Amino acid sequence: MRHFWILLKHELRMLLISPSTYLAGALFLGLMGFMYWAILREMITTPQDELPTVQFFKIFWIPTFFVVPLLTMRSIAGERSLGTLDTLLTTPTSRIAVVLSKFAGAYCFYLLLWLATLGFPLIAESLLRESNDSAILLNRAPLMGSFAFIAVSGVLFIAIGIFTSSLTRSQLVAGMLAFTLLFVVIVGGQQLGSLNQSGVELPGWMHATVDYLRIFSHLDDFARGVVDTRPFFYYLSSGILLLGLSTLVIEAKA
Amino acid sequence: MEPNISIRVKNLSRRFGAAWAIRNVSFTVAKGEIVGFLGPNGAGKSTTMRILSGILTAQSGSAWVGGISVAGHPHEVKRRIGYMPENNPLPDDMRVVEYLRFRARLKEVPSRKIRAAVEEAMETCDLARTARRKIIGSLSKGFRQRVGIADALLGDPEVVIMDEPTIGLDPHQIQSIRKLINSLRGRMTVILSSHILPEIERSCDRVVIINRGRVVATGTHEALREEFVPGNRYKLCFSGKEASLLAALKQKDISVDCIHCEAQCDALQEMHLIANDSGEVGPAMMTALQGLPEVTLHSLEPQVPNLEAIFLAATKRSWEETIGAQTPTA
Repeated sequence: MRHFWILLKHELRMLLISPSTYLAGALFLGLMGFMYWAILREMITTPQDELPTVQFFKIFWIPTFFVVPLLTMRSIAGERSLGTLDTLLTTPTSRIAVVLSKFAGAYCFYLLLWLATLGFPLIAESLLRESNDSAILLNRAPLMGSFAFIAVSGVLFIAIGIFTSSLTRSQLVAGMLAFTLLFVVIVGGQQLGSLNQSGVELPGWMHATVDYLRIFSHLDDFARGVVDTRPFFYYLSSGILLLGLSTLVIEAKA
Repeated sequence: MEPNISIRVKNLSRRFGAAWAIRNVSFTVAKGEIVGFLGPNGAGKSTTMRILSGILTAQSGSAWVGGISVAGHPHEVKRRIGYMPENNPLPDDMRVVEYLRFRARLKEVPSRKIRAAVEEAMETCDLARTARRKIIGSLSKGFRQRVGIADALLGDPEVVIMDEPTIGLDPHQIQSIRKLINSLRGRMTVILSSHILPEIERSCDRVVIINRGRVVATGTHEALREEFVPGNRYKLCFSGKEASLLAALKQKDISVDCIHCEAQCDALQEMHLIANDSGEVGPAMMTALQGLPEVTLHSLEPQVPNLEAIFLAATKRSWEETIGAQTPTA
């Protein structure tokens, strides 16, 4: 455990001194700020059923597709291509501590980026204070629910990035693999889940399993304040499984 | 395990796919000894070193460091080893002192001793005044090697393993790294591999020669010289007839064999001889060759075979043995 904290502190420090961190942060906040502005503008012109916060978090997949690979592709693949993974493994540090510290570093930064988006409703509310509806911008329930979704689903998404980074020594290949796997999990899972809605006859157990993979419906539930344990189990167990696999890959590819 | 043995390797084998990187490698290293690991590219030096440092696992065989099994207690062994890998990978965007402190924490140096341990390692490697706050990415190759060695020395490990510590360095840098390695003699057990044979010859107490994944020779330079390049050898520079020179020596009962003779400039010839008797025959040869009408001796010098000759002879013999073992008998 001691090694985990030493490595995590090192990871966060390296993230803070790396210019690419600030570039990724600026890109993310720039894109999400634009999205939030577009949602507010749409609300002015057309009446909407959903709160702007819910609409904003429904596009979580757009930044996920590029931020997660950017944050994780360097983690293990970069260390392996540089050779510093070898020097790390000559210390009494366990492989699991290495993988967990890489995961925790990227996860902390991922959450920090999303927390920074809280600034958008705060800025919008301060600018629209005269309006009667400005209070809905800071409606706590959907905000907390959506953030809970981002935090829980982030475990799986970042674990995917760490896993793909452990598979190769090329950062580019790791990034492309992460993007593909995220696409399969988010879009593929949603499409499989939609089979139920489109009237395809599925056996009972498969029906439940396929329904379980619909990430967008998890977000709907969280935003409405419905906290189900099944998504927690799905994201956490899959995330832990991938991190375990990453440890095995490091062990096997030493 | 004997108390004065620091490293014991017994029948260590490791395969990558279908190819054996090392096969039944066995050797021992005494405490405080500096041992050179020699072998051509792909001989299995790095694989052995990586297994000893706990990065790789062996398919069969065992290795002990300080009496502890590497396979059974890898973390305990890692606490006793300082390892500098080939090409010395370092993070480019950290300062030297920050990197060494980070490594000291990972090597479980007690918090109150970290500062002192880092200072000591930097002093030993002459980094304290010159490169302390420099970014590693901006350092020269020589200083990077010093940082790698300082890292290996952190925490006062029992065993230091260095894979090609002098690769890519200029002669001045090689000399300073050699001094540094010599300063560790007696304090720590050191294993180092190098392609620069004079380097190993000057720094190491003993040599392990490995070829095609097998240990082909091990011992001190003298013992290896006796085994692979036996006999007293001499280089003669003379003008005149080769046959007359050999006849004169034979007449005086000096039993020698000519290894090779080649013509030099100005009618001079260079002849390499090996004495068939074990004693020193140099003075006797000089006396025998004085006053000969057909031969004028210009110089005679005894030749001590260097490590390069030993290495070539040992690897050649191992190739011959391997090919001989593989050739089917009629």
